[in-house]
Amino acid sequence: MDRELQGTITLPEEGRTLASGEQEFVLDVRTQDMELNMGPQHPATHGVMRILVRTDGELVTGAQPHLGYLHRCAEKIGENVEWLQYLPYTDRYDYLAAMNNNIGYSMAVEAVMGIEIPRRAEMLRVICAELNRIGSHLIAFGTYGLDLGAITPFLYAFREREWMMSLFEKICGARLTYSYIRIGGVFNDAPPGWLGEVSRFCDTFEVKWREYYDLLIENQIFVGRTADVGVIPRDMALDFGLTGPMLRGSGVDFDLRRDMPYSLYEEIHDAGAFKIPVGTGEKGTLGDCWDRVWVRVVEMMESVGIVRWCLENIEPGPVIGDIPKTLRVPAGEAYVGIENPRGELGHYVVSDGDKVATRCRVRGPSFCNLAVVEEILSGTLLGDSVAIIGSTDVVIGETDR
Amino acid sequence: MGFLQEKVAELGSGTNLIRELLAGAPRPELVPDWAIPLTAVFIGVGILLAIVSLCAMFGTWLERKVSGHIQCRYGPMRAGWHGWLQPLADGVKLLLKEDLIPLGADRVLFVIAPALVLSSILGAMAVMPLAPDFFFADAPMGVFLILALTSTTTIGVIMAGWASNSKWSLYGAMREAAQVVAYEIPLGVSLLVPLMVAGTFNLSEASAGQAGGFGIFGWYIWPVGFGTEGFSLGNPFMIPALVLVFVAVLAETKRAPFDLPETESELVAGFLTEYSGIRWSFFFMEEYAAMFLYCVVASFFFLGGFNSPLTWVFEDGGLLPNVFLFNVMAFVTIVVKGFLGMFVMMWVRWTLPRLRIDQVMTMGYKYLTPLSLLCVLGAGLWEWGKWMIVG
Repeated sequence: MDRELQGTITLPEEGRTLASGEQEFVLDVRTQDMELNMGPQHPATHGVMRILVRTDGELVTGAQPHLGYLHRCAEKIGENVEWLQYLPYTDRYDYLAAMNNNIGYSMAVEAVMGIEIPRRAEMLRVICAELNRIGSHLIAFGTYGLDLGAITPFLYAFREREWMMSLFEKICGARLTYSYIRIGGVFNDAPPGWLGEVSRFCDTFEVKWREYYDLLIENQIFVGRTADVGVIPRDMALDFGLTGPMLRGSGVDFDLRRDMPYSLYEEIHDAGAFKIPVGTGEKGTLGDCWDRVWVRVVEMMESVGIVRWCLENIEPGPVIGDIPKTLRVPAGEAYVGIENPRGELGHYVVSDGDKVATRCRVRGPSFCNLAVVEEILSGTLLGDSVAIIGSTDVVIGETDR
Repeated sequence: MGFLQEKVAELGSGTNLIRELLAGAPRPELVPDWAIPLTAVFIGVGILLAIVSLCAMFGTWLERKVSGHIQCRYGPMRAGWHGWLQPLADGVKLLLKEDLIPLGADRVLFVIAPALVLSSILGAMAVMPLAPDFFFADAPMGVFLILALTSTTTIGVIMAGWASNSKWSLYGAMREAAQVVAYEIPLGVSLLVPLMVAGTFNLSEASAGQAGGFGIFGWYIWPVGFGTEGFSLGNPFMIPALVLVFVAVLAETKRAPFDLPETESELVAGFLTEYSGIRWSFFFMEEYAAMFLYCVVASFFFLGGFNSPLTWVFEDGGLLPNVFLFNVMAFVTIVVKGFLGMFVMMWVRWTLPRLRIDQVMTMGYKYLTPLSLLCVLGAGLWEWGKWMIVG
């Protein structure tokens, strides 16, 4: 059964103030709110999410996201299969950033085991994670254009993502669900010439990125559609526990890669290879959709910088430690949060020294970021609501897990 | 049947030709008087329908190829050379698809709506001359009729949205209603500029007024023209008027960035959501036919109509006077101009994001309408001044 929406059907006494600051007209006509099911099959929900929208004409007066259409019991599975066997399941919650998920889980297990991994493996991990971040942000950028009716940037974004995926195909054989990053290192070393191709990818991407930026991000219609829309003030962003580009778009300078560094990110940041883009409200209000999208797009270039640094500093060596096929993780627990393209992806694992985890908990950024949608959708127009949902860049596989 | 006969007889030389052919039947005395014009009308309608459908089909093919090449793809490549048979294959597929009418839909309205949409656009097409000597209805108030009939499609769209029993369709219909009302005004008003310059509502006459100048320099769009009567001062308000007409036509034909009634990312497919099969394709054909029609009308009044270097060669008093080739070249010219206009519309669609409904309204009411009124005022004053000084 649907939960009742907040808000009432009665005609307001005086004009409501819309999110954009405009005063709504109240006509002498009795209108009735209409409930609209956006999803589970709807182009704007990027998957099988359902948003129950209450509308008054074009105006959205209330919204309630409904989750669970893609629930696959990922966490419970994590408590029933062996440590290493769970790795492919991590691919499947945020399927656009499988490498990052692999890293998160592997690092959590490594933290319980207390093992160090080889430096070349760390390098490869960072390269793959950042390439995957580029691919994920390309999807975010492309589908956001699609939400706003610009179809061509989507295909351009997919062209570059295709290259990224074929790079991953060369290194691990898979194009979407990689399971490349293993507990104790990575699955295998990069094939000959792979690092050179990554370097060429970076060079090409830099040129293309400029095109995308000019084509969509600076487009006057795009700015008109996204600036001052779906504003998440700094305080609200902190209250809702937003992470990732959603948080940085609201002007909070926080990135786990710099502020709680893991892997090699401290070294990379000290070397000055990347900066953390933070929304400034350049086109409108701080924390609007444009800021969030801008943060993602600029982050792609920062990721290119990280990849470049790794390519310069990578040295030959082993890529995986001596890890047995059937792991027995010593008793203990660990929480490791990493910066996924969507925010903080946390893995909390508890081991009793057995072959399977006692507890395997995932803190998904999409799930946490989605909560704010309900708050900012009211008072927007129907077209804006699509822009707002798109700007949260949720992956339904991960909200539902 | 006197009235009908009389009316049909006025319809134009295209049908007159058919009347003559029919009158020369083996036993003409057996053909009743009223049957001749009626048959002529049916044949005329058939020819018109065929040409329009071909244009619409070519339009869908062009759209897919243009979008493909803009997006670094090929578009359709399998059915025929570079997929030129694709529209035909699509047509067959759409004909064979199950014709779904949703539960709870208003069946009568649901069925009538696509027919109304397509027939009104086809009716408007009747006024469009295909060549100087081949036309269906040489209406003196041609543009007026086209504007009137094309705005009837809105009623069909609203009917479709209302009858579908779907909330998305309803949204699409309401948006269409709001949008079309907002953009009919600037479209009609800014079309007044060329009407003033041409001094006629008739498309053939407008085209004839732009002859000469190697088929190019006599067009109304040039601020300084070089037509049959040598150098002449044009109207500088024609260029802004063309821009206004173009924007208004984008909105009228529900093309991006004004595709609010469809908005596939917001309203699933807007008023088309519940349609499938051949009924759906009627809306599609209407869109392309309307695009073609508007582009042709714009080329008649701004971009020379039938006049191009091709027709200039064969025109009366040209290098190689030939009536038949002149007509063929005029047909080719107008079709090419129509498709060039369509190409620009597609180019815009595959480049720009979509506006929001309030931005669409703002643009229509706050910017386009006053601008088009200003344009008309300026053009009128200019023409008056020209008349006062030059005479």
